[in-house]
Parts: sequence; structure tokens; C-alpha cells
Amino acid sequence: MSNTVDALRAFIQENFLFGREPDFSDDDSFLEMGLIDSTGVLELVGHLETTHGVTIEDDELVPENLDSINRIVRFIELKQQAATSA
Amino acid sequence: MCGIVGIARGDRALVDRQPLRRMLATLAHRGPDERGMHVEGSVGLGHARLSIIDPAGGHQPMAHPQAGLWITFNGEIFNYVELREELIGKGHRFRTRSDTEVILHAYEEWGNACVERFNGQWALGVWDERRRRLFLSRDRLGIRPLFYARLGNRLLFASEIKALLVHPDVPRRIDPVGLNQVFTYWSTLPPRTVFEGIEELPPGHNLVWQDGQLEVGRYWQLQFEPDTSAKTETQWADELIELLSDSTRLRLRSDVPVGAYLSGGLDSTLTTALIQRTTDAPLRTFSITFEQPEFDESDYQRQAVDALGTDHEAIRCTARDIGDVFAAVVRHAERPLLRTAPAPLFLLSELAHDSGFKVVVTGEGADEMFGGYNIFKEAKVRRFWAQRPDSAWRPLLLKKLYPYLPNLQAQSLAYQKAFFHVRPEDLTDPLFSHLPRWEMTSRLKTFFSEELRAATAGQNGYADCLSTLPNEFADWPPFCQAQYLESTMFLPGYLLSSQGDRMAMAHSVEGRYPFLDHRVAEFAARIPPRLKMKGLHEKYLLKRASRDYVPESVVRRTKQPYRAPDVAGFFPPSRDQSPPEYVQELLSPEQLRQDGLFRPEAVASLVRKASRGDVVSQRDNMALVGILSTQLIVEHFIRHQPSSASSDQIEPPPQAAVPRLVGDDVAEETYDATSPVR
Repeated sequence: MSNTVDALRAFIQENFLFGREPDFSDDDSFLEMGLIDSTGVLELVGHLETTHGVTIEDDELVPENLDSINRIVRFIELKQQAATSA
Repeated sequence: MCGIVGIARGDRALVDRQPLRRMLATLAHRGPDERGMHVEGSVGLGHARLSIIDPAGGHQPMAHPQAGLWITFNGEIFNYVELREELIGKGHRFRTRSDTEVILHAYEEWGNACVERFNGQWALGVWDERRRRLFLSRDRLGIRPLFYARLGNRLLFASEIKALLVHPDVPRRIDPVGLNQVFTYWSTLPPRTVFEGIEELPPGHNLVWQDGQLEVGRYWQLQFEPDTSAKTETQWADELIELLSDSTRLRLRSDVPVGAYLSGGLDSTLTTALIQRTTDAPLRTFSITFEQPEFDESDYQRQAVDALGTDHEAIRCTARDIGDVFAAVVRHAERPLLRTAPAPLFLLSELAHDSGFKVVVTGEGADEMFGGYNIFKEAKVRRFWAQRPDSAWRPLLLKKLYPYLPNLQAQSLAYQKAFFHVRPEDLTDPLFSHLPRWEMTSRLKTFFSEELRAATAGQNGYADCLSTLPNEFADWPPFCQAQYLESTMFLPGYLLSSQGDRMAMAHSVEGRYPFLDHRVAEFAARIPPRLKMKGLHEKYLLKRASRDYVPESVVRRTKQPYRAPDVAGFFPPSRDQSPPEYVQELLSPEQLRQDGLFRPEAVASLVRKASRGDVVSQRDNMALVGILSTQLIVEHFIRHQPSSASSDQIEPPPQAAVPRLVGDDVAEETYDATSPVR
């Protein structure tokens, strides 16, 4: 999954930190760091859907799934497993 | 409406005419009809005039020789007719029909306290020869601008900052703390400006300069004292409409024709209707339309025009227009902007000017005074939700607030709770209503350079704002606290300045605001909050009072905040068009590195995002407009000596006489009020 983590960090660095080095851990909360606003969540979801070929439902747009690097990685894994087993 | 400048020395040295003349030249757009100076000993006053009241007699600077007084004055004292009568009753004799002369006699009679009797919008300087004392004053709500700079034992003042910056001894440097305030509150907190050493006289304040000593004091304060009597809704509504009618009537006092801005919203439709009930003369109205339906209000404008029968003209503002005029807009605004919304108003005042109008009435101020803004509604819902944070249905109200923000509509509860500060511990925060806005704005500081961050370290939090709140603030109902913050910060610091005076005066047009009559403001502050916003019905009482005046469709319509295209104005969606040249230059890494305020690599990321058409969030839009306008401030005012108005020289209105330059090079005195009575 390290590729996913790197790609995610790169996306966040370019789009939300505007080039600043991400100085947070993979468990830090985006909300608590003030990294993301209401539109940012949708930008992030758009990015995940395009790069990982998953479809994210409205009721999945919650911090439990999306609020840190590790949460996103886990969430994407589960989505992909569900897609394969279906 | 006019531009004023002045220099006073604390020692007895003579004032040099040349710098004063240069200062005055920068304000030609504010007063294209006449220019006058009075220099005598250690004081010099200058005036650029837009003639509105008593064109023949109201020349300035004006003297009251018997009292040893001279004045330079920008604005209007609407109740000058009544004050004049009162002063005549006390033995004063007048030589002109102007409001300017009334101020001189009022000052002679009542001293500094004269301003408490004024109903109007003013920035003025009175030189009191006998006491060797300079008196400056600014209107209660901050409609007209006034800035000053202290240079050792000299005091310089002017309507606009550019007039101070052309003085050879005034430094031209950005104040990092002022910049930090703009990127928090959208405006600086006066007396601070974004220029080091240049101060703004706060609304409702006087300044006295005597023997080199400066004293600034407040003479008026917005106070909320909700009336608890058993007055009925009907009584409230009747009193309100009567007061607004009178306020509008006073604002039609003018010796030149008065037009009106008509946005299609409740407020300007009501002021337009009130004008029409006051006068039989045909009324000209003006509005802005947009290509994009999300910003455009043409339908409502048409309904209002059809119902009121005004002679209406609209100007269509495209995204490209905004990019084209934005540099001029910032040069007039003289502070960084986080939105482009002032730009269409710059175009609108040009339309009014080209149609031959010097004066327009607008609906500005109603949302602050009568509770129209979404920020008030939002605070109410957040408070309601925070009292029961686990409630499933309370937050659903938030989605009703912003039907025009589709991104927000898609958010889950958990995210909304975080974005809107729904935490019980926030309920006691005096700044509760404004926390989400200011927090979002503060995030833009991620673009600040390391140097700027270092210079503003210790400026985080809202201590500078908290220290300005009156003692009574804590006792006011939350709704009134939110109104106070909006009326004393955003209104003067952005709406009346960047979006108001500066955009109108860029084309020599004076705005008049019936909702900002201080009697209306004081009346509104007594209305119980439940009548301002009933449930989530904004401006409830004002709407009720408007029923017989405004078409029902306009009263019942959903309120649409006035917005304009932001990033689209600079980064056209079409691939064949590129951003205007100045945008490319000022946002280039080389220029950013040289200016040292923003991180070049961060701005480069943002520019890439904008070029791809991926800038969609409010935060990114505000960041781009904020960075670009700050860079324009540096370009216009720091890197170069501000130009005189020649770069955007405008012609006097079609019906005006040829501009006259009087007194400047002719004699020491300019206009002498002792000349034969007209």
C-alpha cells in the first residue's frame, strides 16, 4: 500500500498544502489540522474515485473513512475487496 | 463629494505648498469639478471638489473669518437646512447656501460636539487659527474615508492613502500585522492599515492635533438595547417605515439629480420605492447583470423596475471584465481584497457617471441593521445545534441556509459539525458567530512566506478584535453580538470602503445610504432580535414594513448574496485565452520571491490548479484573489510611487462645468466666504 500512501501524500501536498512539505503522520486528522474544508472533501473524493476506480456513496463521506491517510488507505482497501468479491 | 488633504505642523515652521499640491493631485477622481488650496503659516488644507450642494457658493477650503476657522470637507450633512435655521436663531449669519458653511458655524457654536448633531456622512478637517488646533472627524458608521500619518511634529491627513504616500517623507512599506488582519477578518482593524505608519481614523471618532499632540476619541458607539415594552409588530413596522421615509427624504437633498442602484433585492427596491413616493421627478436606476445564472439577478430587477416604473439601465459584467478592471479596482480600494465583488461596482459607477449622475441612493446597510445576512442565520442554527450536538434533525437546517453552495449540500453531518464549529464549548465564545468565517480565512495564511510568518508570529487568535469590543458587548443577546461584529468590522472595513466609497468615487459618484442614517441604526438596535429574524426568516420586520411598497415577489424571494466570478476572471475556462498579463507577472515566482510576502512554490501550485480549471473551493478562490490583490498593492504603492490620478483620469460628468483650478497658484487664500452674499 506504500504507493497509495505516497500518491495520497503527493495529492495533499499539491492541492491542500500548496507545495509545503507534509509534516504530519499517517494517523493525524485532516480536520484537526485544518487541512481540508467542505469543498476539499469533495476534491479528495474525486481524486480517489479517479485514481482507484471506486465509487464512493454519499453516506460514506464521513471522517471515519476519510480523515487521515491511514483511514483512507483502509477505506479504499475495503472498497476494492468489496468490488472484487461482489 | 470630494477629496480632502491637509498638512499641519506642530512647530511654527511654514508648510510647503508643493507636497500638498501633489497630494491633492492624486485625488482628482474624487473631485473633478474644482481644486482649491489654502496655505497659511504652519497649516495647509486642500480640496478636490465634486459639486453637489450649492455649486456656486460652496467652494473649498472655506473660511469663517470672524471665527478664524478654515475647513476642508468631504461628504454631506443632510440636516444642514435645520441646523442652519437653528444657528441663525442663535445669531449666526450665513453667506452661502452650502452645508460646508453650516459645519463652520456649528463648530464655532458647539465645538467638537457639533458632530453629534450632524445627520450625514463626512470626513472633515477644521483649522482653528486662534487655538492653533486641527480638528478631524469621521461619520459614525464609516461611510467616508479618512487617513493620517504622523511625521515627527507634522500631521498629514487625506481621504485616500495614495495622497499620503506621494509625500516625500512618508515611508512606503507594508505593515505585516495589517496584512495578517486582512487575511483573518477581511479588513484591517482601524487605526491600523496595511501600510506602516499610515493610520485610519475609526468611524465615529474625532481627532484633535494641537501643539504637536494628537488625541483620538470616540463620539458615537453602536449600542444594542432591545426594547422590552409591549409594542406590537404593527407599531414597530409603522415607526420603521416612517423613519426610513424621512431618512430617504433627507438623502434627496441635492442641487444635482439623484439616481439609484437597484439590485433586485428587498433593500434597494424599498429605497427606490421610497424615493418615488417623495418626488414626482422621473427616477433613473442602475444595476449589474451577470452571464452566470448563479450570480445574476436580472429577473428580480425586471420585476422591481416593472412595478416601480423607473427608467432603468443595466450593465452586463463578464468574468473577463473583472480581470480587465481588477488592477484599477485594487488601486482605488488600497487594501487587499479576498473577493472580486467590488469590480462590478466599479463598472456600475462608470455607468452612473456616463449617464450624467453624481449621486446614487443604495440599499447598503439593511442587512447589518435588520438581520439579513446568512452569517446571522448560520450562527442561530449552529447555536441551536450545539445545545444538542447529537440531534439528528437540528443540523438539517444548515443545508437550508446555503442552497447556492452545492458542495456543502453533499456533506455529511460529521463534517458539517466540524466546519461549522458545533461544539458546546464554543457557545460562550463572544466571537461565536464569526468563528467559521475567520477560521476559514485564516487558513489562507498557509501561503505566507517564512518572513511574513515570522513578522506576524504572536498575532494568531483574535485578541486584537476582542480588545476593541465595548464593555456592554458581553450582555447583549447573541444575535446583537453578531450584528455588532458585522456592522463595525465588515461594513466599514469592506462594504462601505472597498465595495462602496472607493468604487463609486473611482468614477466621481457619491453613494447615499438611507439605512445608514444613525437614527435608523439606533432604532434598529432597539428592535427585539426575534422580530429581526423570526425563526429563520431574515429581515422579518423590514419585510413586513415593506409590504405596501415593494412587489410581493421581491419581498418573498430567497435572498441571494451579492457575489461575482472570482478565479474565472483571471483564468479563463477557454484554452485559447490566457490570464491577463499583469496576473502572470505578479504571480510569477520571480516577482513573488522579490516581494517576499508569499511562498512562490505554493502560489505556483495554486496557479497550476487554477489553470487546470480545478479551483472550486471558496478557500482557493479567496487565496488567489487575496494574493493577487496584495501583489497589486505592492506594485502600485510600494514598488512605485503612487501615480496621480492621471492613469485613470476621468472626465467630469457631462453636465458639469469645465473643471476650474482656483486659488492654487493665485493667492494664499482660496475661496473667501466673506465675498458678497449671493
